[in-house]
Formats: sequence, C-alpha cells, structure tokens
Amino acid sequence: MMRIPKQIDRIDFGLMSPDEIRKISVTKIVAADTYDDDGYPIDRGLMDSRLGVVDPGLRCRTCSGRAGECPGHFGHVELARPVIHVGYVEIIYDCLRSICRNKDCGRILLSDQKIEQYRKLIDESRKSGGKWWEISSQVIKSATAVEKCPHCGEKQVAIKFEKPTTFIEGKNRLTPSDVRERLERITDDDAILLGIDPKVARPEWMVLTVLPVPPVTVRPSITLESGVRSEDDLTHKLVDIIRINQRLAENIEAGAPHLIVEDLWELLQYHVTTYFDNAVSGIPPARHRSGRVLRTLSQRLRGKEGRFRGNLSGKRVDFSARTVVSPDPNISINEIGIPEYVAKILTIPVRVTEYNVEELRNIVRRGPDIFPGANSVINPEGKRFDLRYADREEIANNLAPGYVVERHLRDGDIVLFNRQPSLHRMSIMAHEVRILPGRTFRLNLSVCPPYNADFDGDEMNVHAPQTQEAQAEARILMRVQEQILSPRFGGPIIGGIQDHITGAYLLTHKNRRLTREQAQQLLAYAGIFSELPKPAFREKGVDYWTGKQIFSMLLPKDLNLTFKAKICENCSRCKQEECEIDAYVTIRRGQLLTGVIDANSFKALDRCEILDRIVKDYGTDAAREFLDRVTKLSIASAMMFGFTTGIDDEDIPPEAKERIIEGVEKAKKKVNELIEIYNSGEMEPLPGRSLRETLEMRIMEVLAESRDTAGATAEEFLGLDNHAVIMARTGARGSMLNLTQMAACVGQQSVRGERLSRGYRNRTLPHFKPGDLGAEARGFISSSYKDGLQPIEFFFHAMGGREGLVDTAVRTAQSGYMQRRLINALQDLRVEYDGTVRDDRGTIIQFTYGEDGVDPARSDRGKAVNVEKLITRLLG
Amino acid sequence: MVGVSSETIKGEIEKLEGELPESILRELQNSLIRVSKERAITKEQLKEIIDGVKQAYYKAMVEPGEAVGTVAAQSIGEPGTQMTLRTFHYAGVAELNVTLGLPRLIEIIDARKTPSAALMTIYLKEPYAKSKEKARAFAQKVELTTVEDVALQTEVDLINSVFIITLDRSRLQRRDLTPSKIADILREIPKVDITVDGYKLRLKPESASLTELRRLVTRVRTTPLRGVKGITRVVVKMEGDEYVVYTEGSNLAEILMMPEVDATRTTTNNIHEIESVLGIEAARNAIINEAVKTLEEQGLDVDIRHIMLVADMMTATGEVSQVGRHGVSGEKASVLARASFEITTKHLLDACVHGESDRLDGIIENVIAGQPIPIGTGMVELVMRREESGAK
Repeated sequence: MMRIPKQIDRIDFGLMSPDEIRKISVTKIVAADTYDDDGYPIDRGLMDSRLGVVDPGLRCRTCSGRAGECPGHFGHVELARPVIHVGYVEIIYDCLRSICRNKDCGRILLSDQKIEQYRKLIDESRKSGGKWWEISSQVIKSATAVEKCPHCGEKQVAIKFEKPTTFIEGKNRLTPSDVRERLERITDDDAILLGIDPKVARPEWMVLTVLPVPPVTVRPSITLESGVRSEDDLTHKLVDIIRINQRLAENIEAGAPHLIVEDLWELLQYHVTTYFDNAVSGIPPARHRSGRVLRTLSQRLRGKEGRFRGNLSGKRVDFSARTVVSPDPNISINEIGIPEYVAKILTIPVRVTEYNVEELRNIVRRGPDIFPGANSVINPEGKRFDLRYADREEIANNLAPGYVVERHLRDGDIVLFNRQPSLHRMSIMAHEVRILPGRTFRLNLSVCPPYNADFDGDEMNVHAPQTQEAQAEARILMRVQEQILSPRFGGPIIGGIQDHITGAYLLTHKNRRLTREQAQQLLAYAGIFSELPKPAFREKGVDYWTGKQIFSMLLPKDLNLTFKAKICENCSRCKQEECEIDAYVTIRRGQLLTGVIDANSFKALDRCEILDRIVKDYGTDAAREFLDRVTKLSIASAMMFGFTTGIDDEDIPPEAKERIIEGVEKAKKKVNELIEIYNSGEMEPLPGRSLRETLEMRIMEVLAESRDTAGATAEEFLGLDNHAVIMARTGARGSMLNLTQMAACVGQQSVRGERLSRGYRNRTLPHFKPGDLGAEARGFISSSYKDGLQPIEFFFHAMGGREGLVDTAVRTAQSGYMQRRLINALQDLRVEYDGTVRDDRGTIIQFTYGEDGVDPARSDRGKAVNVEKLITRLLG
Repeated sequence: MVGVSSETIKGEIEKLEGELPESILRELQNSLIRVSKERAITKEQLKEIIDGVKQAYYKAMVEPGEAVGTVAAQSIGEPGTQMTLRTFHYAGVAELNVTLGLPRLIEIIDARKTPSAALMTIYLKEPYAKSKEKARAFAQKVELTTVEDVALQTEVDLINSVFIITLDRSRLQRRDLTPSKIADILREIPKVDITVDGYKLRLKPESASLTELRRLVTRVRTTPLRGVKGITRVVVKMEGDEYVVYTEGSNLAEILMMPEVDATRTTTNNIHEIESVLGIEAARNAIINEAVKTLEEQGLDVDIRHIMLVADMMTATGEVSQVGRHGVSGEKASVLARASFEITTKHLLDACVHGESDRLDGIIENVIAGQPIPIGTGMVELVMRREESGAK
C-alpha cells in the first residue's frame, strides 16, 4: 500500500545553540582519521558507524537501519577555541558596531526613547506579518553613528572589519572569543532591534564553539575499482578541521607561546571558513591534493547544479523514456508512436478488479518479455513480485481484487510528451499511445510548432503518469487537442505546416479538376468515406469534381467565412469574388465557393482563419478531426499532383539577367556619385546626423532599392506556376526574398546594421584602396546564390553570416535568463474563485484578471467576444 | 417588418452594465446600431444576440486556479528567442537612436533607472502643432545648447592665460543666439573677465594659475546656453496633421510645465521618470505601452493581458520594482523561493537569524517539499473525510 505522505505545513528557520548541537549529536568526533588499516571505521572518527551507514550490508550503530533506511545522524566536534561563522560576519559586524564596548553595559547605542520608538515600529511590523528585520538597518545606521554610550557613558572606539573574518577595534584585534563575549552581552530585547530573533537565534551563536559533523550519508566515500577509498570533499575538510583543532588543544594544554596558539587559531578559523564557503573573497580557496578546488557546503547549495536548483526544484523521475523523434503523418495529432521496446519498460499500474482480473492474468502470464505483458505485480500487503524471476503462472492464478499489476504501456494509454527547451506550456502535452514498430517516437507533423521540433536528430521525452488522477488530468487538460489555441495570442499554434499548405493550394486552386477515381482516392486517404457531391461539370462524358468541392467535405456544414488568402496581392481595389489569382476566399454553408486554401486558412502561428473558427465555434474534437483530415488530404494532393522544387526553379531568362545587372551597375554608379558629392563637401546632412552617417544612410538606401528592383525583375519571370514561388506565396516555406537572393542578387551584407567596414586599416580587404566607400568595397554582393559568389563576396557573406550566429548564441542566453526571472517573479500568481489575481501571500495583484477576466487562450485574438462575427452568424 | 429602434438597443445594453466589460458593451452597441440601420433587427433577434454575447463572454472567462502568472511569463519569454539583438536606428524617426528588441524588453523588465536611449515624444498645443516654424522654434527652445555646440573653435592661450572661443555665425543664428547673449550667460561664472570681440570671446580668469584656467575651460565648454537639461537632440516630425517633437534625452517634469506642450499626450520612455512625475498608475501604463511597442515592432503577437500582469506585479508595492532579485523575486514571502532563485546561501543564513518561517504557500516551496502545488487542480483544499460515521 502507498503510504499517506505527511503534509508539511511550515518550515521554521533558526540557529542551533551549542547545546542543541551537542544534544542531536550521537558522538563526539576526536580522531582526524576515517578508516583503520583493516578498512573498518575508526571509533569516534569521521566515519564512525554511529553517524549512519552508506555501505550495503552494514547496520547503523545508532538506529540499526540498513543503508537506505538509516537517514544518518549528526556528530560534533568541540572546538578548542571559538570560531566565527563566515556567513554571519556581516551581521556580527553590525552588532559589534551597534553595541556598547563596556563590559558591564553591552547595550545598544541608542537612547531609551529611540529604542522605544524603534521597538514600536518593529512590533507593528511583526504583528502585520511584515519583514520586521528590515527596520534593523535603520537601527544599525543610527547606532553606529553614536560615539558615547547613552546608557553608561563609555566612549566608543570604531571597529574595523577586515575580510573575511577579522575585527579590529582601534589598534587591537578582537579575537573570536572577544567577539563572542560581546555578543553574549546583547540583551534579548536589544537583539530584536538588531534584526535577530533571540527565540531562535542568540547573537553569540553566530560564533561557533561546537561544530556539528554531518552524517556520512551527506558525504559518502566512494570505493574505486582498485579498492582505494576516495573521500568526499566535506570529509577532507573535516579532517583538516579536526587535525588543527587537536593541535590547537594540545598547544593550549601544553602552555605554548601565545604566538603559536594565535597562529593555530587562525588556521582553524581558515578551515572552518572554507568548510562553510570555499569561495570567500580575501582568502585562497581550499584545494584538494590534486589542486582541484574543494566543493564545500555553500557550493553544494548554490547555482544551477546546486542542491536548490539542481535537485530540489528539478528532480529526476522514473517512468520516463527518451529517444529520437521522427514524423508520421498517418497518426492523429493526439497520438504518439512509441516503439515496442520502450513500451516494455514503461509501465502503468492497474488495480485488479473482478472485471479485469482475467485480462490481467493473461498479461501477467506473458511476463516482461512478450509485448502486451507486465513487469511486476504488487500484492495487497505491498510486496512486489518481479515477473522476470517469479513463477508467473502462480502469480497469475493468485491474482485477485486488491492486487496491482504493473503492465506494459499499450495503445490508448495517456503519456506526457516533452521537448526541451520547455519555453511554454505547450512544450509538454499529453498524447495517446500507439505502439509502433521501429526505434523512434513518432509524432504528427502538425504538433511540430508547439514543441519547436524537427527531425534532424531531435530527441524527446515521454513520461507515463502513474495515478488515475494524473492520467485523468493529463487527458482532460493536457491533451494535444486542448492546446490548439496558444494562450500567448489566442490563435492556433497547432496547424498545417509546409507541405500541408502547398498540398491544399494545389488541390483548391482554380483549374484543378478531378475525376471520380481521383476524388475518391483523395478522400479515402483523408479518411472520408461519405457520398461524393454532385460533379461540378461533365466533359466528353466524364464527370469532374473541383478541388474546392473535395476540400469542402472537411468543413462543418454551417460554416460561413470570408477572408483574403495569403497569396493576395493587396490590390488597391479588391475585386473580391472576381480576383484573378483567386485570393478572395468565401465559404458559405460549409462550401468553399471561391479562393484558394493557403497559410491564411490553417497554417500554425499564422492568421489561420478556418482552423481558428472551427476550434472556437465547434470545439476541440471537431478541430482535431479537421486537422487530421486536412493534413492527410493535403499530403495526398501533393502526392497525386506532384510537387518538387530544384535549382531550375530559380532560372530566369537572359534578358532578365541583363536587366538585373544593368540595374545593379546603375546603383553602383549612383553610390559613386553620392561619394563624390560627399567628398566635395556639398552633401546636406540629415538633421541630427553627421555627414558621414548621412552618406552611409543614403548609400544603404540606394543599394537596398537596387536589390529590391533586381528582385522585382526576377519576380516578373517567376509566376505562380513555379513551385518555389508557390511555396513562398502561399506561405508554406521560404519567402520571395529568399528566391530573389537565389535568382537575382544577394544584396548588401551588414554587421551591426551597418555596411561592412572592419578588417584592415580604412578598408575591408587589401583588394581595395584605403578609404574606398564604394558598393563592392563595403560588402555589396551583386551575384546571386545560383550564379555563385565571387571570392571577395563570399568572404563578405561569411562576415554577415557570422554575426547571425553570434547573435543567436547570445540571444538564447539572454532571453533564457529573462524568462527564468519572469517565471520566478510571477509563478505564484493564480486566479482565485472571486476572480482576483493574487500572489502566495494573498496580496491582490489584479482585481479582475486582465481587466475583463478573459482567458487569452479562449479569447478571439485578444478580444473577449467577437461581436461582429457573432452578429453576422446569428442574423445569417 | 419593423426592427427595434436605436433607443431600445441602448436600453437593453444599459441593463447589462456591470455584468459585461464596458469595451464589449460599447462595441456591441455600436455594431447593433449600425446593423439596425441597414436591416431590421427583431426583438427576438436582439435578445438572441445579447444572449449570445453573454454566453460567449462567460465561456471566455478564466477559470479559478489558472496559473496566469506562469502563462504570462512564458508568453513574454518564449518569443524572446525570436527577437533581434540589435539596437536599430529606425523606428518611425530615422534620425534618433532607439533601443529595440530583446535589449529593450530586458530593460523594461529590469526597471532600469535610466534607459540606454531615453526618448521623448512631445505633442504640442494648437498653434504650435500646426505651424512648422513654431514647432521648430519650440524644438530649438528645448534642445540643450552648450558653448561647445556653437563654437567653431576653442583655444587656450597659455601665455596670456586666456581662453578664446570662436563662435560659429550660422550656428548662432540657427539657435537664435548672439555673442553678447552668450557672454551674459557666461558672466554668471564668478571671477572671470569676459570681453566680446566680434565672434570671439576672450575669457580671462582673475587668478592666472594654470589649474584655474583648465577648470574654466571644462566648465565653460559644457555651460548650457539654452534648452532643457538632459535633452540633447531634437527632431521635428510631421505626424498625421500635426508636428510632433521627438527628443533624445528626457526631462518630463520640465517639459510638461512648458506652456506650448500638450501635457495630456506628451510622454517619455523613461519609466522611472513617469513614476516620479505622474505616479505609479502612470508608470504601470508606461510599462505596458513600452512593452507592447517593443513586441509589436518585432512583429510578435502577445496578448496584452500578459503584459498587464507583469506591469501590475512590478508596480504592486506602490513603486516600480524590477523583475529579478532586487525586486519582485527578492521581496517574496517564502525563504525557499528566494533561496532557489539567486543568492541561495545568504537568504538561508539570514532567514535563520530572523527566525523566519516558510508557510509553503507558493509554488517552488511545495516543489522542493515534494507536495502538490497550490495552483490549478492542486489548489483544492476541500477534501471529503473518508470514514464518516453514518448515523449520529
């Protein structure tokens, strides 16, 4: 049986008093050694077996638990002389400065009246649950300014603090003993003023007299293959501390000269300091014999791989799998293909009932190696039987309600699927399992955008939720179809991509006609087996259907929509239904009447008109079905009509090439003219710019324009029958800019938004004269990618390209940190039942979420209700 | 068939006030009245539409427990990877430098005291806004002009220990200054003898020491002759049907006091300045506007509600605090939450001395403790007791 876990209500923080440390200690540690020659732990040594066990087979002498059961127990070291705790030097310093140095006084250096005043402030703050200790900084500020104690009249001497742990009063060095004495004199009432709660932390406890020794479980030693034991960094440090402590004690005992005692004392302070924090400024970090810097207490907690961020906030989990992902257009977006060998390791616990007992018996009989089997069985007493070794037949026969079978993952189970970096919540979604052959996870192409996945070797993770609650939550809240709309902007983030768009365009564009066989083939591929509509027309005795008719079969029967397709050229006067390129999409009663289907209809992260409407008006089930079908239909179309692209798609006729060269030459000439004007000093500067800046801006303008005209010339010869153009114009992949760079002219390369200028003195390359400002000398590339770049152009291109790479690297780091900070600041916010947004204290951050209480994921592109669309729909 | 009148529509919509947000009601009313003029809307249809709107609104509401904070942070952080890293020159005004993209977004979230490129947009009142000359004159009035800006040449005559400034005639004219005017301003510097010689100013300190002369030179060079402190460059731009003044550098307090300025629309991109001049609510709106502008300029679509939440969180204490360890995250109630963010050990050590206790109300604390987090489905605290004795 699963144990009911304890619920932690609160965690109190406080300092440990020397007495408390002794009380929790199971033994005093005196030997600076770990194991004796026979390999047994030395009694009262650092590895004393009362401190807990880590080696299998041994039992703890304190709790008699085995390794894994025994949590470990603290020991302690009696320090021969007190030592300052590095973490508290600053607070100690504040205390020393704020209290009277008189042995008989020791009061805080403030008048009673002022004390009363601050006490009131603190009491108020404490009552309201505020951070009362923040007031102490004012107290310290005014107390340190006092020169004569208002209580005893003693004149105060300024105390200097020398990093890391030394205090000097006037000319005398204060030993930790002196410091501790002074701290002891602080009354409980004064301590509160200094921001110290005496109930849990007396000031003098910040100076250590007893050092707790953590259990061995905290610092396990590892045995290397050669049998040599290698101790943990903390153990090394503790050895140092105990050794020096012993020497110090012996020297004091023997009445050694003061100087020697002082030196040892300081050495002890150093070791204790580095034991707590080995990155204190002002002292060299303690090193291992090999020269490696030791990783002591503070280093264990700190940073990305430290205890907090590395182990407590992010935990390793069981029931997970990771492998390469590959695409499968034939499974639903809700599904995930899982290889059998993964399914045989990931298990789901199933409780035996009288209804499933027979089925589970069969599963148990098959065992761990035959696929729909099970790996273990847990009986009602909580004992686990591993089916690899147990008598499966016997266990299967004994199976009765109350048993739990850990069976293999199988079709229909729900699992979580994740790809790093998990930048938003759609980076983890729940999928239904489909066990498939092969060794990779399979996912539908439409879910690539939310994961930002491609198949160039990406790996992804699967987690199998174990409890019924977790499975239900995953299925209801996290399933892919529930995540179609992104909460970022209220539009679909899951939708068609690449070939889906081209395929749909090929199917629905104007001249597409299909024979009965073709139409049925397409529909069958998309999984639609309903009756074909009436043929659109008949020619020479053959019935033909239009692509639009076929596409319409996917649409809900009462869908009405009007929008412009991506290929729309934004004519000054829209011809609407009469558009030559068929860019005006009208859907009436679920029939696509005019217009082509492209990116604006169902592309992920785009305008996505049709898909958007379907999710919002017909629900996620309808949307999933539409997406599954539309992608299959598109792919089938692309396959049926054929679609490819190659280098000849960028072919342009020689006369076009000539015109482009001409245009570029003209621009270069114009640049030279500008330079001449600049050199003659006749250039008019733009307001607020220097002449040189003005020149650069004008040149950039001219060159950008020339690239654009070159592109436009190329575009004239690249029509919508060109496959590369189809992809660019429909929004499937690539842009016209990409195409013109390939076909016509690459254009200006830039670094930091300026033309290239660095390299040699006053020139980019030794091929140019110093000070040459012409187009070629500053990184203008007049060749096209297809023609190939000149060596110098190629070099310039690499310069521009390098900036892009550096940019991306820096950006990911910066934006990653920004997001971490944002999440940390905002993660505690939630919407309460009263509609307010509050943080973990209950502080109201917003009275109504987003001022209208609307969830962006359910909004219509940010608008709570799309009134226009609603009215047109209701009025018909 | 006679449709409902505009009055009935207005009446019906008034009834909904308080139930639906104002923006929806306004839009609904406007479109209903517009449609009702084109075609008749029957009473039933009107009711149907209003009910439809109501239903749609309720359907779109957030659910209690929704982790709106995390969603907001993700929605702003995720597109960060797609933003440019460059400081671009062009953003409406070609002549001014503007920080854009990710650096600007980080700047806003950091609540930096001074933005790396401060910028003001000054709208003018009637006569100034319409006339190019008047707008120009105003622009010149606010632009900070120093001696350096109008000097053709400055030289130090060490033999006579005189500092000679040769003024540029055209620049003086453009800025409506004369040598004598400048001399008058410079006379405010004590212990200096100034003689005007055409376009040359000779400044002679009373004591002839070299250090004195040097000090004079640095002081004179940067002496403001006219303009508003902090405003280093001014550009006048036609925008719509009026002239708008853009400035590099910012000084909201002084600009708003000027009579030519339309104080209702004039703004700066310095959020702290807005906070000190106009208050915390204005600062909140400034954060929202600046963040929206930055994201929009990058072509990124982020719902304004996310940005509003960040802005509200940053201003919840009554002053603008940064998102990070010196602000929102450092002020958290929970020790563990603070420790797990940054400066781990210090937070833990201090918590011990203060005797703090962690109530485990937040997310990260419960993750650390291995307990369900109090958000979403984990916020439910009402649990049915298992063994309830059936009869009393």
